[in-house]
Amino acid sequence: MKFASGNSLKLRRLLRFGGAWLSAACCLAQSASAPTPTSTNIFAPNSTPADEIFGLSMFVLAVTGTIFAIVFSLLLYAAIKFRKRANDDLREPLQIYGSDQLEMAWTVIPVLIVIVLFMTSARVIHAVQDARRPPGTIEVTVIGHQFWWEYRYPQYGFVTANELHVPVSDPGHPTPTFLKLLSADTDHSFWIPRLAGKTDLIPNHPNSTWVDPHEAGLYLGQCAQYCGTQHAKMLLRASVDSRADFDRWVQAQQQIARDESALSAEALEGRRVFHATACVNCHAIAGTKADGRFGPDLTHLMSRETIASGVAGNTAAELRRWVQNPAAIKPGSLMPSMNLTDTELDEVTAYLLTLH
Amino acid sequence: MASDSLPIQGAIGLPRESGSTWPATLHEWVITVDHKKLGLMYIGMALLFLVIGGIEASIMRVQLAVAHANFVSPEVFNRMFTMHGTTMIFFVAMPAVFGFGVYLVPLMIGTRDMAFPRLNAWGFWITLFGGVLLYFSFIGGDGLYGAGNAPDVGWWAYAPLTSTAFSKGHSTDYWTIAVLIAGFGSVATGVNLATTIVTMRCPGMTAGRMPLLVWLYLVMSGMVLFTITPLTAAQLMLMVDRYLGGHFFDTQAGGSAVIWMHFFWIFGHPEVYVLIIPAFAFISEIVPVFSRKPIFGYPIMVAATVAIGFVSMSVWAHHMFTVGMASYSNAFFVLTTMAVGIPTGIKIFNWLGTMWGGKIHYRVPMMFALGFLFQFLIAGLTGIMLSAAPFNWQLSGSYFVVAHFHYVIVGGILFSLFGAFYYWFPKMTGMMLNETLGKWHFWLFAIGFHVTFDLMHIPGILGMPRRIYTYEPGRGWEQWNLMVSLGALLQAAAILCFVVNMIWSYFRGRPAGNDPWDAWTLEWSVPSPPPVYNFAVIPEVLSRRPLWDVKHPEDPDWKYE
Repeated sequence: MKFASGNSLKLRRLLRFGGAWLSAACCLAQSASAPTPTSTNIFAPNSTPADEIFGLSMFVLAVTGTIFAIVFSLLLYAAIKFRKRANDDLREPLQIYGSDQLEMAWTVIPVLIVIVLFMTSARVIHAVQDARRPPGTIEVTVIGHQFWWEYRYPQYGFVTANELHVPVSDPGHPTPTFLKLLSADTDHSFWIPRLAGKTDLIPNHPNSTWVDPHEAGLYLGQCAQYCGTQHAKMLLRASVDSRADFDRWVQAQQQIARDESALSAEALEGRRVFHATACVNCHAIAGTKADGRFGPDLTHLMSRETIASGVAGNTAAELRRWVQNPAAIKPGSLMPSMNLTDTELDEVTAYLLTLH
Repeated sequence: MASDSLPIQGAIGLPRESGSTWPATLHEWVITVDHKKLGLMYIGMALLFLVIGGIEASIMRVQLAVAHANFVSPEVFNRMFTMHGTTMIFFVAMPAVFGFGVYLVPLMIGTRDMAFPRLNAWGFWITLFGGVLLYFSFIGGDGLYGAGNAPDVGWWAYAPLTSTAFSKGHSTDYWTIAVLIAGFGSVATGVNLATTIVTMRCPGMTAGRMPLLVWLYLVMSGMVLFTITPLTAAQLMLMVDRYLGGHFFDTQAGGSAVIWMHFFWIFGHPEVYVLIIPAFAFISEIVPVFSRKPIFGYPIMVAATVAIGFVSMSVWAHHMFTVGMASYSNAFFVLTTMAVGIPTGIKIFNWLGTMWGGKIHYRVPMMFALGFLFQFLIAGLTGIMLSAAPFNWQLSGSYFVVAHFHYVIVGGILFSLFGAFYYWFPKMTGMMLNETLGKWHFWLFAIGFHVTFDLMHIPGILGMPRRIYTYEPGRGWEQWNLMVSLGALLQAAAILCFVVNMIWSYFRGRPAGNDPWDAWTLEWSVPSPPPVYNFAVIPEVLSRRPLWDVKHPEDPDWKYE
């Protein structure tokens, strides 16, 4: 048989392979240690469930990394040392059929490793899934829809959509937020990597997750279970507020009374269009007759930074574009275009802009 | 080379029949019940769908190369990932492993055909029909609502997305029925392989003397019998829901979405072992021959495979760690999943032991086998990471898990299949595949594979979910996605080399002779390609390596086994 030397090529491949991994690891470590506001790095945890997972994952990486280093080296060594040389004498090597001791060793050691990994995993499963609710827990009900998020705060009596607010939790006096996860239609999954692992929202199967963020800030994520056409645009925004800011936000969301005498003529006309056309079938505005639940609650629409579940900014131009034709921004969204005239669009937008 | 002096003889067989018209040849192939022709047709079908599935993947990678791209619409992208997954699992990997199985098993056990030749043919044709039916959905999917086209519900078709409320028209039905009938073909071939292996071994070939490939195919066939039926049942229940007023998975009416998941994954997890065990089988034949040593620890390899067969039936809900099962349920599946990693890992050590102290010939089959060993090691370790349920809560549903399973299926199964191609193509066609083109194929594919699938782990760690037609800039995902997409180009080039190699070698390749690799199992004792009856005289064997005994009469295996 003709012999071909693959060693120099194998070495090059090894270096290329190793180099790519090294630079990737450095990038990851860098973005984890100094996370940007838009970071969704699972290795930059900022809440106990994510911290627990991070600790376990580092341990698992250490164990699997060690196994990899040992076995990879042995494979590489064997691949190079036992290759047929150019000056081969064409005799078959010693025919070895097995070794009971070796096979026993490399069965027992993996069994021990598995026991250790299982125990550590079981501990973290219990710590996260069976965690108790301390007094001061914030309760939020999350209802997943195609393709937006509904948030209900039963303790405070209001409903909002698409932008979650939770307070920072002080470890000395914890105020975690427990999220009850429901779905109005298909399967979804709530995943904000820096705060917790993902938990699915499954219709007819209530789930629960919790977060206790250590630092205020904006935390991003998105739906992580394919739910239909616009699964990719069911974005998550969680604003972790200081306690004072959170209380202020809650109070603002609880406001129903509205001074509609202050509305401009254009906004009043927009209000008429809103309530007279099909908008009220899907949308609710507390304090008015609009109580549709199929679409996001718009009572305090202008308290949000984005619309359409994070897809567009909450500006007059984007609002107008969205109302004119949702499919232009989020094709597959279940909100239809109502074919409003240009005037009606200006009026409705003006009205929406008053919903603080 | 020992091929010319073997006393075990086939008869004279020519690579190409002369004097046949093409309609006569076509007719012969359509009506054949010969396991060798059916095996080749299974493999040919797999190659065709591999190219189609690869095009679907390429479309996705172009769309994902940059953030907010507009290469395809969300609807098209969602069809692409559904069709890519369904095609690759049911119409590439399954036919490929069945094809090699029905081709090789009778030859390796010294018999003339499978136990049920006509069932063999039926199994192939119904699988092919399933594939054609699935692809007919692109043009025939229009339903009552005009909502036509290929299925877009993901290859797992989770409920209630598949209900008539959320999947209008007939696209979901194409998925359901095409996969259902392909499942019948799989069960038929499983029955056929198991019966053949149990009842038709040649004299002297006790169970302990079967080639390891045959043992592994026996375990795989047994698993097929248990694995496919839950999926078939669930698909029938889905049809009842969609058309006969059932509510099994209809959550609006009190049905359960989770029960679909259980049914699907009780099928889905053993299914991937059904795919990998033949890959193990090819490696277990190639590594010994090219290391010039017998497989290290044959009995433990058999025991480990049987263990995998049983334990793999108990791990399925590791695909459901995020679904909200109780903590002790999650813990149970962590334990069983880690446990199944033990016999799987042991095999890597045994292959390493086979190479150790050997004389490794780096021909193309062995290069692919070595790639398999490195890559399967990594794939298994990322699998251990995923088996730790809390870690899974971050990693599942993300590009990390997409990278993991492609590492197993492409880096493991496909590399092993490529090795098997280069190893057994000479037997099947009588021609050697070109070694230079083979090396180009290997290196292009290996580099492209690593660029794509090594780097793909990173967006997963950075929080990128799967099954999204586009992604947001500013989360650090862009550069990795671009590089992942570029790796696909190299892989496509490699496949082109492979296809060119097969065509060129069939017509202009070096004639192979009976035994181009100086190997030891019975298929190398007959001409290449074998005559239709395989063996003129049914052989009698005394050990696991009958041709070693013939070539080394002073030192035969039966003295040591």
